[in-house]
Amino acid sequence: MSSKSDITLHINGHDHAIRVEPRRTLADAIREECGQTGTHIGCEHGVCGACTVIVDSAPVRSCLMFAVQAAGKAIRTVEGLADGEAMHPMQRAFMDHHGLQCGFCTPGFLMLAVSVLEREPDIGDDDLVDVLSSNLCRCTGYQNIIKAVRAAAAEMRRK
Amino acid sequence: MTAHTKGSGTSWVGRSIRRLEDPALVTGHGRFTADLAAAHWVRFVRSPVAAGRIDRITAPPSTHLITAADLKALKPIRPMLHKFNYIPVGQPILADGVVRFTGEPIAAVYAPAKDEAEDLADLIEVDISETAALIDGPTALREGAPLVHAEAPGNVIVEGRITTPGFDEVWTGAHRVIRVDGRSHRQNATPMEARAGHAVYDAASGRVTLTCTTQMPHLVRTAIADILGLPEHDLRVIAPDVGGGFGQKMSLAPEYVLLVWLARKLRSSVAWTEDRRENLIAGFHSRDQHVTLEGAFDANAKLIALSADIVANVGAYSCFPTTCGVEPLMALAELPGPYDVRAYASRSRGVLTHTCPMAPYRGVSRPVITLVLERLMDKAAAAFGIEPTEIRRRNLIDSFPYTSATGLVFDDGTYQQTMAMAIDAVDLAGFRRRQTDARNRGRHLGIGFATFSERTGYGSPAFAARGMEITPGWETVHLTIDPSGFVEARIGSSPHGQGLRTALAQIIADEIGIDPQHIRVVHGDTDRTPYGWGTFASRSLVISGGASLLAAQKMRAKLLKLASHMLEAATDDITLASGTAQVIGTDRTITIAALARAAYHQTHVFKGAIEPGLTESGSYDPSGTFSNACHVAIVEVDIETGRVEVERFVVAEDAGLIINPMIADGQVHGGVAQGIGNALLEEIIYDETGNILSGTLADFLPPTAHEIPPIDMHHIETLTGNTITKAKGLGEGGAIGAPAAVINAINDALSPFGVSIEEMPATPQRIRAALRSSGRPA
Repeated sequence: MSSKSDITLHINGHDHAIRVEPRRTLADAIREECGQTGTHIGCEHGVCGACTVIVDSAPVRSCLMFAVQAAGKAIRTVEGLADGEAMHPMQRAFMDHHGLQCGFCTPGFLMLAVSVLEREPDIGDDDLVDVLSSNLCRCTGYQNIIKAVRAAAAEMRRK
Repeated sequence: MTAHTKGSGTSWVGRSIRRLEDPALVTGHGRFTADLAAAHWVRFVRSPVAAGRIDRITAPPSTHLITAADLKALKPIRPMLHKFNYIPVGQPILADGVVRFTGEPIAAVYAPAKDEAEDLADLIEVDISETAALIDGPTALREGAPLVHAEAPGNVIVEGRITTPGFDEVWTGAHRVIRVDGRSHRQNATPMEARAGHAVYDAASGRVTLTCTTQMPHLVRTAIADILGLPEHDLRVIAPDVGGGFGQKMSLAPEYVLLVWLARKLRSSVAWTEDRRENLIAGFHSRDQHVTLEGAFDANAKLIALSADIVANVGAYSCFPTTCGVEPLMALAELPGPYDVRAYASRSRGVLTHTCPMAPYRGVSRPVITLVLERLMDKAAAAFGIEPTEIRRRNLIDSFPYTSATGLVFDDGTYQQTMAMAIDAVDLAGFRRRQTDARNRGRHLGIGFATFSERTGYGSPAFAARGMEITPGWETVHLTIDPSGFVEARIGSSPHGQGLRTALAQIIADEIGIDPQHIRVVHGDTDRTPYGWGTFASRSLVISGGASLLAAQKMRAKLLKLASHMLEAATDDITLASGTAQVIGTDRTITIAALARAAYHQTHVFKGAIEPGLTESGSYDPSGTFSNACHVAIVEVDIETGRVEVERFVVAEDAGLIINPMIADGQVHGGVAQGIGNALLEEIIYDETGNILSGTLADFLPPTAHEIPPIDMHHIETLTGNTITKAKGLGEGGAIGAPAAVINAINDALSPFGVSIEEMPATPQRIRAALRSSGRPA
């Protein structure tokens, strides 16, 4: 076995001091070493996007990044979206518009959509569909995910 | 939101209330199997070849290795059918001397960490003497083909035949016969959560708790207890949040059996998380069928006889509990679809091959038979020179109840009406003008229709008719109001994304006058729920919904009786609404919470006239009902590249009373998306030696948001008399109709070239090949 490194992951404003092998993916480290199981693993080869988290303001497939690469960076996961009891507009919109069914891909879609809208609040409809086609959902047929993200975008712009 | 009583015109049923499931799932607080920690992680060593004899398995010293030799006391997985010449074949938990498909579990290793177990598995050497592999159904049927199982001669594991009396006379009187050679390639249901299991031994009780990604926890418990020779009460099975199933998770995974065995052996906790490659190569496949269909028409384009030969490539083993007969036998019984045709002759075979076992996948067989039948209708329409919708109008059933040539009884439906609705929605005449204009500019648009039925909510007699040893028809619901006035409904069904908790709470709320937010629906735990079958076959809303209604009606009667004592009024004079019992026309009220408290803590008040406590139970086993729909796809085909873009999709459907319209539409959206994926993209590809070439999501392609167009929904609600809630199931319909609509649309677009594409997925390669062979290449 290869040697382990001591690193600190900053997740949702909290520091997690962990020891991981260099090959440990960020997704595994978030879930197992840091106990944040809201981030899901769907394919481990960077296609489905279920494991999407935000690293230093960019959406990242955490199965394609090593934990050591994320050391010291600001990581946001689905657990950090709500402000206490107050849900993020994206979370509310997914519930209001039935943008989820089984809920497995949902954390990845939420983080993808939030990070894109934070960077590009006025993104056009076609570009939005382009971005959302980065992730896979097997339940919703995407209709209501698109609807939810558009509604949340409007609300995030109002704020 | 305010509550309203039943009959007030604003009941909970029929409203798009937000799902009770969602808050946990959008905040990352859902609990999925892979979230659990374990002392030991299991990794399976899987066969790298499709067929062969295992000569030797070697592991580095001190490896924790499990092989078939360790599992001699375990029975194989051997589901049973008592009809259709079914030959029961057994699947060992780990391959025992012989491997029969690429990906079959041969051995298991375990280690304290997941990645260590993966490293260990890579060090296991398996020597296999490869033998000839059979990959497709027709090859396996050839004279002299090697046998996948010695007990199944000719590799035929199940065979059904139907010939209606007088078929030959009708056939010879035909004006015109149209033929379709339909083919659905192999697919994988691909839930976003692959399979996972976690088993933990409890030393105090000697019990094992298995948490796993299943659609049928009670049946998993029964099956594993049988295989291990345990009393069922030594095993608890939990289906926590399950990340989609679509049928793939309704068959018993041999991996779960091993986990329970190992947890008992180690007296510890063990876990396995399937990776995506394992899921794609070994997590059950589906849809692999050849259907040769001939339809005989009279001079008025009326279908008078149908003849079919169906070959389903069921893979190497038979799935538990349905058996692999589920695909070919459903095709046999339901192939005539929604058309009025009295003469039917069909043979349907399930054929064993050296491929991953097939299991049900959303729609089970009907996406394929609908594709073939709807191609037949379109080809016939072209031959008669009429619109595809006209030939359907002349042939769709239109008086009910209708008994089909195979003896199925169709309850009230709206086959003609939904098609008319869809024609209006797409403006068929306008589309034809647009199509002509586009053709003149070298662009190829097409429109495709699919009209179909969706048999849903069928009870135990329907399963018995197939000869199944296990007839998963009924459901039971236990309904309790606790002393605080909160309601718990414990159900045997096992939803995994369908929003059933919300829909059942709506049904119950209307009966007992308590808001859905105060009704917790508990499922997916054999210790907490009554025995039941799970969630599959578009059954849960109908059957668990019916059982919920029956239990809630009993609860209502008891609440009224309690209120009658406490309010000193006749039960007929009391209403239940918004958590309160009220004497009509007075201000005399009591909260239901106070009634509940009294039912437990003040039973002396009722002087023995009312049994203590507040628990009622309902069981329901319906005859079954047919939903129906018309799907329309509008596509554009790029004839130079073979690329298809679905521009628009219209659904006009009738699923009886809709309990929650938002959830119902969501079910249809998801099904349509899977159907579009089936039609255009998704294909499990084996090479000629049985190696899988599509082991990643970059090769097996579920659609993204890009490939799914806006889906327009239109509804008719025909209140069926066949279910007590008046609701029909609709979970599968989207996936049943969409492939046929898309493939018909492609063919319509390509009609100037005289080709007929009769297989799915219609990939760019297949479309280009058809165009090249047409003699009029683009």
